[in-house]
Amino acid sequence: MRGEVRLEDQRRTVYKEADPLHPESETLPTLRTEELLLNMGPQHPSTHGVLKVILELEGERIVKATPVLGFLHRGVEKLAEDGTYHQFIPHTDRLDYICAMYNNFAYCRAVEKLMGITVPERAEYLRTIVAEVQRIIGHQFWLGTQALDIGAMTVFFYTFRDREILLDWFDELCGARLTTSWYRIGGVERDFTPSLLEKLRRFLEYFVPKIDEYVVFLEKNRIWLARTKGVAVISAEDAVNFGLSGPSLRGSGIDYDLRKYDSYGAYPRCEFSVPMGKNGDTYDRYWVRVEEMRESVKIIRQCLEQMPEGPIMAEVPSVTLPPKDRVFTNLESMIQQFKLFSQGFQAPPGEIYCGTEAHKGELGFYIVSAGGGKPYRLKIRAPSFIHMGAFDYMSRGYMIADAVTIFGTYDIVMGECDR
Amino acid sequence: MGLIQIGHQKDGDSGVITLSLEKAVNWARKGSLWPMTFGLACCAIEMMAAVSSRYDMDRYGAGVFRASPRQSDLMIVAGTVCRRMAPVIRKIYDQMPEPKYVIAMGSCATSGNIYDSYSVVQGVDRFVPVDIYVPGCPPTPEALFDGILKLQERIMQKRVFTKQPEQVKA
Amino acid sequence: MNVAQRIQQRFPDGFVKAVEWRGDMAVTVTRDRLHDVARLLHDDPDLDFDYIVHVSSVVWPDDEERFEVVYEFYSIRKRHRIRLKTRVPESDCEVDSLTDIWKGAEFMEREVFDMMGIRFRRHQDLRRILMPDDYTEGYPLRKDFPLRGKGWRDTFEFLNETK
Repeated sequence: MRGEVRLEDQRRTVYKEADPLHPESETLPTLRTEELLLNMGPQHPSTHGVLKVILELEGERIVKATPVLGFLHRGVEKLAEDGTYHQFIPHTDRLDYICAMYNNFAYCRAVEKLMGITVPERAEYLRTIVAEVQRIIGHQFWLGTQALDIGAMTVFFYTFRDREILLDWFDELCGARLTTSWYRIGGVERDFTPSLLEKLRRFLEYFVPKIDEYVVFLEKNRIWLARTKGVAVISAEDAVNFGLSGPSLRGSGIDYDLRKYDSYGAYPRCEFSVPMGKNGDTYDRYWVRVEEMRESVKIIRQCLEQMPEGPIMAEVPSVTLPPKDRVFTNLESMIQQFKLFSQGFQAPPGEIYCGTEAHKGELGFYIVSAGGGKPYRLKIRAPSFIHMGAFDYMSRGYMIADAVTIFGTYDIVMGECDR
Repeated sequence: MGLIQIGHQKDGDSGVITLSLEKAVNWARKGSLWPMTFGLACCAIEMMAAVSSRYDMDRYGAGVFRASPRQSDLMIVAGTVCRRMAPVIRKIYDQMPEPKYVIAMGSCATSGNIYDSYSVVQGVDRFVPVDIYVPGCPPTPEALFDGILKLQERIMQKRVFTKQPEQVKA
Repeated sequence: MNVAQRIQQRFPDGFVKAVEWRGDMAVTVTRDRLHDVARLLHDDPDLDFDYIVHVSSVVWPDDEERFEVVYEFYSIRKRHRIRLKTRVPESDCEVDSLTDIWKGAEFMEREVFDMMGIRFRRHQDLRRILMPDDYTEGYPLRKDFPLRGKGWRDTFEFLNETK
């Protein structure tokens, strides 16, 4: 009975019995029904950050859900206008803080499009491998927290255990687990060491049976199916009209993946398929994300085989940073580094938009440059913000407990939503 | 009251009974710190990692995360404190029962971090008293444990039945 | 015929200019014809722009028509993109809302109103979204708004705001 509030029938029956003037009535107390406004406040046990939703309820069913955002609004877009392009990279980490590498990737691609820089081959492969590793981490996090919110706590512990292995890998690669800032404009900061390659290969062998292990708890579990099948359905047309993207859109059957259709990085040279759902419900979106983890493993394997030797940073001295070991020994490199960080590189006046397929959806940067070292206007097209626009529509007619499922199925991250 | 009079022998020196009772009470308090789920931003992810399989916070007694402030005694403010969220934090802090402790986790809660902007409070200690600051962006789960262990040491030194002396050993 | 030429053909009075740079096509139209052009982009079967990517705003303090509202559309079936821009002066900063064509524009336009102060006519629920509802200090992304805010950080009054 998704979406239909069948209270009219019940109310009529009760009033017939309770009405003292009605010939068939018994002396029952009159039932008063009115809408209840419930505040699902900014601090709540669901794991998705500071989000407030005001629910208008009719019994247990949601009539209208108004999200209230802005509890994590940090003013990042205004801060961008105050610093150079290079200085914005750590800010991008903290947007969608679960998938930091992908935000860096999206931003560096946008600035490279603005400056017209081509990134060398090896750097493209390195970027793609790390981006797909980050995708696996992000989806493991999502699966753990979605299962935790619905009640399946064991999956949380399993996915986080395997996530730690990859976070250690990131630690060895760039020094940080979560907010990494490894990408640079024009390439990446440092190359893989042989130990990293070895660890990654071993992880891929270890990981593929693990996905089956997570799924075995959920796939045939009656409670999981009851709580995800037919819940939060959105049709394909509505999904496109609302501007949804990523697995939220592909769960409804629309074939839109920027890695295929506006291809970038090393994706054109890899063979992978894009999983698509049919019904647009929570179960389909869950299935899409699990399959994406499998596809990521495939992409990483192919990139590891095909990766050529070569430089990891484009050689455009006016824009890209010199290698760190030269900065401390060579005077020219030190001056170049100093100029790039204090004044920034001179960007040509103009504007671009560049979208990338991040975990949640299409993460885009619209950069307007008026010449000079600082961006004139930097707008972040955050998928979580746009998905919140469809929250009201998605949640009508479902129960309060489903509100938490809907947060999880959209995979909302407040850092990105509020910026 | 009786206990305080027994304890107050000479120059604020507590006697044998109250000293061991105090130690027992403090040991119970430090061993069962119940934190509240107060993750705001990125540090929340590291806090969740601290609770999960590899870094198990439950071994310190602090693994039971309560969603309600009335049932918790530790508030780990993990993430950026924004202007709109500040009244909520204050309200929740006021709703917690005594004794309560606050850990400011991460650079944003300590001092605002890189967000020197129009909507970020430069540190949660502007309006809430903080016991322990854990630096980092985000601090690794080991750093959070270091903070919790220091908080436990701090708790062991608190006086329960007698007045707290002016100088507290850190 | 590409998208810009199509718009120019159908709305010669509304078309101002079309610029292509680094592979992106941006078409500027007048404010009055914005809704009609958007309707054309959505309904025309050859153009078929069914996906709204973002709505944002830029302020150019030195120009007479200071505010620029920027829309970006994408067609999933036809695989092409277009950027649509329009300018409004400060004295009359109102634009037609596109929420009747693309429902996703609702939150995006609210954010533009919140950050820049541009109003959208016939929007269902035009109020602030990221800043508190009763925020009176201005519109943050304008160039004359200071980065660090207008002094609220030195007081404790923000603790009494409950919205």
